Amino acid sequence: MSVKLLYFASLREALGLAEESIELPPGVATVGALRAWLAKRHAPLATTKNLRAAVNQKMAGMEAAIRDGDEIAFFPPVTGG
Amino acid sequence: MDEISVQAADFDPGGEIAALSWGDAGAVASFVGLVRQDGAVTAMTLEHYPGMTEAALADIVVAARARWPLLAVRIVHRIGRLLPGERIVFVGVAAAHRHAAFAACEFIMDYLKTQAPFWKKEETLAGARWVEARESDERAAQRWQDGVTDG
Repeated sequence: MSVKLLYFASLREALGLAEESIELPPGVATVGALRAWLAKRHAPLATTKNLRAAVNQKMAGMEAAIRDGDEIAFFPPVTGG
Repeated sequence: MDEISVQAADFDPGGEIAALSWGDAGAVASFVGLVRQDGAVTAMTLEHYPGMTEAALADIVVAARARWPLLAVRIVHRIGRLLPGERIVFVGVAAAHRHAAFAACEFIMDYLKTQAPFWKKEETLAGARWVEARESDERAAQRWQDGVTDG
């Protein structure tokens, strides 16, 4: 399956990348599994403290399921307001 | 009528309050957040997640409306580069009575701080740094779930 990935704020800067589309191997079916798989080539995904995620623009936990065509974002805790 | 805007342009707090002051409104409570002028920070840049940010703010308004009888809510949040003293955010709530207006305004700000995807980067004379999330903000949002502030 293929998904669209977005990175924001300090994570975007650390990766030097704002978005990418990627083909996932079988078995990568949750946000947490995706993070672990991506961290092999994007080390900051493993080291960002309190990393947050969203699936299709909704906050999602690491246990959340991902499906073909999803938009998945990773970012540090939010600091607006 | 609710209004949510994520924009680079400044806003007029008086105009926002006036837009809330109509119909059956007996109380309008509002909050304006500013870039602090604490000396060290020379500018601040706000990044957001286009699409999700607006949706997250709309969800927060829905959650506030489920708790209090609100007549209107207006949220304006700025993005881009801001200087010390500039306005960042406006939250205004109209209700029949003050309790709902005060409580909902604070609730919306507490959730905005922890749920809406915005990120601040500060510029200082020593360089730029991303602002770290504060545990006190998490606790402020958490207390609404504990139900202790419902009154």
